[in-house]
Amino acid sequence: MYSRVYKTLVAAPPLLWVGLFLLLPYGLMFAHSFWTVQDGALVHHWNLSNYQKLLTNPLYAEVLFRTMRIAGSVMLCSLLLGYPLAYYLSFHSGARKELFYQLVIVPLWVSYLVRGYAWKTILGSEGVLNGFLQYAHITHAPVSFLLYSPFAVVLMLTHIYTPFVFLSIYASLEHIPRPLVEASQDLGAGPASTFFRVILPLSMPGLLAGATFAFVLSLGDFLAPLLVGGSSGTMIANIVQTLFGATYDWPLGAAISVCILLITLSLLFLTERLEKRWSFK
Amino acid sequence: MSSTAIPQPASVDKNAPLLEVREVAKRFGPREVLKNISLSIASGEFLTLLGESGSGKTTLLRLIAGFEQPTAGEIWMTGERLDTLPPYKRRVNTVFQNYALFPHLNVRDNIAYGLRVQGAPKSEIPSRVDDALNMVKMAEFAGARPSRLSGGQQQRVALARALVNRPQLLLLDEPLSALDANLRRQMQSELKALQREIGITFLFVTHDQEEAMALSDRIALLRDGALEQVASPREIYAHPATAYTAQFIGQTNLLHGEIRRSIATCGVMRWPLEEADSPAVFSLRPETIHLCPDGKRQTNEVKFRATVRQQIYGGASELLEVDCGAGQLLRVRLPACGPLVGEHDFVFSIADAIRVSD
Repeated sequence: MYSRVYKTLVAAPPLLWVGLFLLLPYGLMFAHSFWTVQDGALVHHWNLSNYQKLLTNPLYAEVLFRTMRIAGSVMLCSLLLGYPLAYYLSFHSGARKELFYQLVIVPLWVSYLVRGYAWKTILGSEGVLNGFLQYAHITHAPVSFLLYSPFAVVLMLTHIYTPFVFLSIYASLEHIPRPLVEASQDLGAGPASTFFRVILPLSMPGLLAGATFAFVLSLGDFLAPLLVGGSSGTMIANIVQTLFGATYDWPLGAAISVCILLITLSLLFLTERLEKRWSFK
Repeated sequence: MSSTAIPQPASVDKNAPLLEVREVAKRFGPREVLKNISLSIASGEFLTLLGESGSGKTTLLRLIAGFEQPTAGEIWMTGERLDTLPPYKRRVNTVFQNYALFPHLNVRDNIAYGLRVQGAPKSEIPSRVDDALNMVKMAEFAGARPSRLSGGQQQRVALARALVNRPQLLLLDEPLSALDANLRRQMQSELKALQREIGITFLFVTHDQEEAMALSDRIALLRDGALEQVASPREIYAHPATAYTAQFIGQTNLLHGEIRRSIATCGVMRWPLEEADSPAVFSLRPETIHLCPDGKRQTNEVKFRATVRQQIYGGASELLEVDCGAGQLLRVRLPACGPLVGEHDFVFSIADAIRVSD
């Protein structure tokens, strides 16, 4: 048995942390979303005008949908890249497993910003890719949609989140007892049948976790659209950033943040339900 | 024969071997795990691969199942080359050591797995699964997830999942080793009864010699990747070919001595033996040695005098350790006889001293 003093001492730091850096900011954000700005000053007057603006001005809905589309594409692309990679590494890479694993992990050590600027260099009209396309006489003028477009944002975010998606799927694949795969073959299932009937269902928790990770983090990203998105690639977080910065409309920014938070929370709730459905301990 | 849930597969010829392992070798890198193994299994036989851990018995099973490829040699089943087929094309099913039940499927779906992936007629599957469930007495657990079952229950499901496919050969990889002693004995007798009833050929792997003796029609004893002896339990116990076999299967006394001018001499014991002069090792089972209270022996017996050093009471029998002098210690198993001390006369029949190769 631990003494009361000991328990309090152990619990204090995390509670303090959660209170100061999570609950308090969320509370402030929530409160702000019901206030307004008049003549450049915050007015603590409770009203729903911010949420009205969000619903009536189509700009916000449009950007929000674009954001979700981009986040969805990133999720899909990183699953399509990450799953086969994780599957190959876990089941078929043999002695090279450790090396491949490190190769996937290494990009995570490079700063997010550096990778963003790298994509700028590659995709720009004077960039590496356009240079190559013209050199190879595939195009005659720089291709403009490569940079400053939703495509560029999806590309950059996919590049950034695929290793995380990979890690999550890889971990769950590594946890599948190999005798199960042998049992499936033993009972007459070929490789494809074994994959869809045994490996895929048993890796669902990792797949769901990875998918949620990519989607949620893409949903709130503002650096990728800032660096490579241009005006057509603007995402909801850029709007929030502008509202909190240049525009100085914290209440509207807070209202949008509350919306994003609600979307994220319902998504996490859904994933948790699904993960429970697919866990068999 | 009683009603059979799983009919015996039609076999081509009753006398032809079902499975033939021909000069199979297996290496893992520099390690030679199996050396030139040749073995055939008759249809309907219960054959046990017995050996210590690392003897290669599980590797041989995995070669037959198709999870490993032989380095050399061939495996044939009913006139068909087996070792070139992938595991999912072999008419062989396996009961795995830790059962390997699919955790995301309930008992019924686990058992139906093989029938579904092999495209058995949809109308046939439920009744065959029901038969299999009844056969292993697990019908009431049809909807349960494997994680809810005890070890013995999982064992039965694993058995049903394999047998429902009507394999020509069932491979069992130490299926009872995870069970406690009582359940283990119960499952042994159930397994044996089941095998007799359905008539499917069983290839059973174990490191437990008592289990091998209790279940098998024949035992193949493996030692360091080579076959030491293949024979029926009675034959292998009564006539072990080597000193290793004699010691591994049951308890024995190994007598080291020599044969000279048709007389075998081992320490204080001598008896006539019509064999060429050479050093010799004999296996003498403890229960073949008897007390000789009146000091008289028959002509076909060997008598010796020894001091009782230790006596271990075992209910129906007693195990003695006796000293014949010159440091020669023997184990003797007697029917319960009360405490014994001091020197006594013992006899054994010459025929019970089995010459073995070292």
